[in-house]
Amino acid sequence: MITRRHLLGTAGAGAALTAIGLSLPKFTEVEAAGVELSPGVPTGLGSVAAMETLPGKKPLIKLSYRPPNYESPLEYFRTPITPNDQFFVRYHLSDIPNVDANTYRIKVGGEGVNGPVELTLDDLKKMPAVEVIAVNQCSGNRRGLSNPHVAGVEWGYGAMGCARWKGARLKDILDKAGLKKEAIEVSFNGADGPAVDKTPDFIKSIPVWKAVEESTIVAYEMNGQPLPHLNGFPARIIVPGWTGTYWMKHVIAINALTTPQGGFWMNPAYRVPVGKFPLVARFISQENAASTPITEMVVNSLITSHRDGVTVKPGKVAVSGMAWDGGYGISSVQVSTDSGKTWGMATLGQDLGRYAFRPWSFDLSAKRGWNTVMVNATNKIGQSQTSELIFNPAGYHNNVMQNIALVGV
Amino acid sequence: MRTFAIIVVAALIAIPAAADEKLVQLKKADGLDKVEANCQACHSLDYIPMNSPFPSAALWDAEVTKMIKAFGAPIDEADAKAIADYLKKNYGS
Repeated sequence: MITRRHLLGTAGAGAALTAIGLSLPKFTEVEAAGVELSPGVPTGLGSVAAMETLPGKKPLIKLSYRPPNYESPLEYFRTPITPNDQFFVRYHLSDIPNVDANTYRIKVGGEGVNGPVELTLDDLKKMPAVEVIAVNQCSGNRRGLSNPHVAGVEWGYGAMGCARWKGARLKDILDKAGLKKEAIEVSFNGADGPAVDKTPDFIKSIPVWKAVEESTIVAYEMNGQPLPHLNGFPARIIVPGWTGTYWMKHVIAINALTTPQGGFWMNPAYRVPVGKFPLVARFISQENAASTPITEMVVNSLITSHRDGVTVKPGKVAVSGMAWDGGYGISSVQVSTDSGKTWGMATLGQDLGRYAFRPWSFDLSAKRGWNTVMVNATNKIGQSQTSELIFNPAGYHNNVMQNIALVGV
Repeated sequence: MRTFAIIVVAALIAIPAAADEKLVQLKKADGLDKVEANCQACHSLDYIPMNSPFPSAALWDAEVTKMIKAFGAPIDEADAKAIADYLKKNYGS
């Protein structure tokens, strides 16, 4: 595939583009050897991003080695299920042990249960199994596209994936320990830890109402296979509809709490300003006047068939991609080829459930020269994507409609 | 031979890299030694260019303070200043 960067770098193509009146790229194209970065990321990322192959993975875009943060390139999102070896990797802390499934235990306790219990992996597998297809998206996905930029892992479009997760209900696990009615939150800790003792361990909680939902599970299978090491082997928490921060990998402790979980990773981390986003799911026990924990994902979509600035043959072009939200389900995807003046309905693909990627496609008629394609997904409670970034200091919830260029030549 | 062995061991301790972590080469300038000696105990140095060149001087100061106050990085005051100065001059806006 020829990208705009390649085009502009070629004398002949450059002249051809000038002849048909093309403007300059909308963004500074960030150059990185062998890597196609999302448009708009910080230019410095270009000097360190690289396609790298982790054990058991296909090449991913390496943003940081340690802790490992690797995103999936756009091409990996052309199927509604993301294969395990193409699934992104995200860690906060750099001490990541290889967990031995034979000695693995989950300790279930806290003052919100009658008595602590310990579960082996076999214990988990003997419990009634639940399967859910759900998008796992990092809270900071698309942070790198924030304008102005904000500090953090500068993710492009690829800190997400959708898999079929199989595991035991968190509710059933809590019931084994006897969940008390006084419990307000359920917290999780994973086997991974910090490089130095003084760094806060990564501990997260969710409200008890979310913990006892039917599809909140402790998963030991991902797409029919054991979880890959770097996606949380032997088991991780699955919180369908909510951002990845709560999906604790290598989970070794589950505690029911009667007071709010403290710690850096609950506050100030992973928070959004109160009232800025149209979110239904709230985490009241953690809210304060200024900020509230990030919860459900905002409705969003991604064009996966074409990168911004690629060339196409004039005539019929099938543009396709994925749409998803916080679990209400996608009701429609609309496409505009005139930067939002008029919209046409995309055809929705297979419905794999309300938490899954929903494929969509749209046939447009490309002309010679500059064509633009804008996409807007709407969910079943009437929420749509935004046209302007809702800026927030951590760069969360970026669901600005894409508006990509296709160059007809 | 013995000296060589000690140097090798020292190098391994200085860069606690994952199996296939490649060395991230930052801009050579005053303060780089302090950055290399302190920051990569907890994270690879690619975090720095990745977050550039947009940070203001105030943002780089805040990031260094965050590493010490929120993440417990054992960095003394003189090194913290040298690191912040290096970041502002080489990876700031």
